[in-house]
Amino acid sequence: MRRIISVLTENESGALSRIVGLFSQRGYNIESLTVSTTDDETLSRLTLVTSGDRAVIEQIMKQLNKLIDVLKVSDLTEGPHIERELLLIKVKAAGFVRAEVKRTSDIFRGQIVDVTDSLYTVQLAGDSEKLDAFIQTLAASTEIVEVVRSGVCGIARGERCLKA
Amino acid sequence: MEMLSGAEMVIRSLEDEGIEHIFGYPGGSVLDIYDALFESSKIEHFLVRHEQAAVHAADGYARSTGKVGAVLVTSGPGATNCITGIATAYMDSIPLVVLSGQVPTSMIGNDAFQETDMIGVSRPIVKHSFLCKTAADIPEAIKKAFYIASTGRPGPVVIDLPKDTQNPLLKFPYEYPKNVSMRSYNPVKSGHKGQVKKAVKAISTAKKPVLYIGGGALLANAREQVITLAERLNLPVTNTLMALGLFPGTHKQNIGMLGMHGTYEANKAMHNSDLILCLGARFDDRVTNAIEKFCPEATIIHVDIDPTSISKTVHADIPIVGSIDVVVEQMLEAMDEISITVNEAERAQWWTQVEGWRSKQCLSYETATATKPQAVIEALYKHTDGKAIIASDVGQHQMFGALYYPYDKPRQWINSGGLGTMGFGFPAAMGAKIANPDTVVCCISGDGSIQMNIQELSTCLQYGIAVKIITLNNGALGMVKQWQKMFYDGRHSHSYMESMPDFVKLAEAYHHVGILVSKPEDLDKGFAECFSEKNKDRLVFMDITIDPEEHVYPMQIKFGAMDDMYLSKTEKTTS
Repeated sequence: MRRIISVLTENESGALSRIVGLFSQRGYNIESLTVSTTDDETLSRLTLVTSGDRAVIEQIMKQLNKLIDVLKVSDLTEGPHIERELLLIKVKAAGFVRAEVKRTSDIFRGQIVDVTDSLYTVQLAGDSEKLDAFIQTLAASTEIVEVVRSGVCGIARGERCLKA
Repeated sequence: MEMLSGAEMVIRSLEDEGIEHIFGYPGGSVLDIYDALFESSKIEHFLVRHEQAAVHAADGYARSTGKVGAVLVTSGPGATNCITGIATAYMDSIPLVVLSGQVPTSMIGNDAFQETDMIGVSRPIVKHSFLCKTAADIPEAIKKAFYIASTGRPGPVVIDLPKDTQNPLLKFPYEYPKNVSMRSYNPVKSGHKGQVKKAVKAISTAKKPVLYIGGGALLANAREQVITLAERLNLPVTNTLMALGLFPGTHKQNIGMLGMHGTYEANKAMHNSDLILCLGARFDDRVTNAIEKFCPEATIIHVDIDPTSISKTVHADIPIVGSIDVVVEQMLEAMDEISITVNEAERAQWWTQVEGWRSKQCLSYETATATKPQAVIEALYKHTDGKAIIASDVGQHQMFGALYYPYDKPRQWINSGGLGTMGFGFPAAMGAKIANPDTVVCCISGDGSIQMNIQELSTCLQYGIAVKIITLNNGALGMVKQWQKMFYDGRHSHSYMESMPDFVKLAEAYHHVGILVSKPEDLDKGFAECFSEKNKDRLVFMDITIDPEEHVYPMQIKFGAMDDMYLSKTEKTTS
């Protein structure tokens, strides 16, 4: 069961290592992790993607809550939510493939953000599945040189919010 | 406002926190703090002989009083030597504050002399930790550390103090915070009312309920409330290894400890129960045996201050998060409100069944020509009127100490239950004795465990710490040997100690009293001397030669249910 968990924590040194340490120490998965400060500089907001059965997820939530620096924990996947990830992908774009890469990027609403004679670097935002699909499509028509993904960040839809 | 250096702030903050005793060992990175400590008339410092012992001593101090134990050590090896002690306290939820020196902030990360990333190394085994980057951070960090250590589910907190923050030449305005408020840390005390009511209703309809009490009840000082509840419900009560004494050992409703080396009646009652009211225990693997076979008929009510303990290993049907003292109080009130009465006939039937199990007398043992370890503990009980504080090491002697000395008071039994730290008992006994100078404090140990912190004989000499060390000497690592005998075809791989020192002479070398008891008939005489008026203020080391072949029984059968047990070398339960 894939879960997206949002964590609001004090923006203090060591806070992140306690969270990451918790996952390795207790054998939980981390598929991706993003972290940054919020509009309030004393707070950090993390988005974690993890997986496990119900009992494991329940323990993860409780263990995160137990950390002294952590203010709030929320499982975004429990309700409607928006999930976004940023992809930067560098691909071969020479000859007839060049136009094909451009077309594919347009279809996925990606942007070409860097260009050389033989390469395109494309930027694409979306949920993880969309990014997967884009990479697959490009791989079918050209050679992928380099891929970097930000990991997921997410927010609940509607009234639900995670605030201090 | 008063101007103090960082080092002075450390000592003043501890004084303002009410700390009277601290255990430690000086070194380069804490010399300024030690210099400030030299001036203190309020804090008594105990110089141990190894930092691990400082933490265990502070731990024993905390366990025997309920206060927070304090430790002061230097950076690098001083800090890393504390790790086993901190892990021990963490596993058993013991409130400690460990102050460690650190290299100057400008040198952190440079692999400087005696540098260790103490915050990193200790991270998985602390409740929380602080790195003070400036002297001004010190009072608040100390205030928060004591608050965090002692509230909610207690635990150890580390404060790392770089040398430059202690600089005696730089003075800063000092004020010790009166209160702590942390938006991210607000431990709950009382339980959810609806859940409490639900629990009480479930208890009222149960035919075969058991009260299963853990260390959390002890940490919450919930003795009176628990006794009231137990007596009102007239149900069988079992204490875990960590809760011995919370519910009196000699109370008629007490059916003994449960679990791996629990009594026949306790494990039977648990397995056959239809409701388990768990107060502050955590369904540890040393209690449950095979989880999938655990108490198949039982509805489980789990009260714990730490939500992560609930439904971690065993699913709780009625979870209640809260402090045991408060929640049990709420339960008693709820019982009045919805006027719960016990069905006497049903309860009598249940007790008949439990008494049937109890009549098996699973703790009886054969007497022999060699001194039986069980007999040693029984004699110790007799000679101390059952009133001593007993700190135990880890191994067979620990189980004998748990099973054959019925503790009537909480905080009387001190042992490393979670981590199982050999070498814990003696320094823990020191801490307990310092905190309770007028109480007899004994360390039950084995020939293996005692040698893991035996250097503390020197500390006891320096401060006149008159603990009584009761060593059950079987010339082997008894529990290891027992397992090897039972599960490894008697292949005793490295479980023997073939170079046992003369413990009597060793004790005497430190100017203590050594007593050798090599025959059963000398046991009473030995104890009489140990506890004589003449030796009242002396450390006495009793080296008691015991039957080397003795095993601890009952013992749960691996992969079985709670009530699958070996009862002796020749008898086991059939199921």
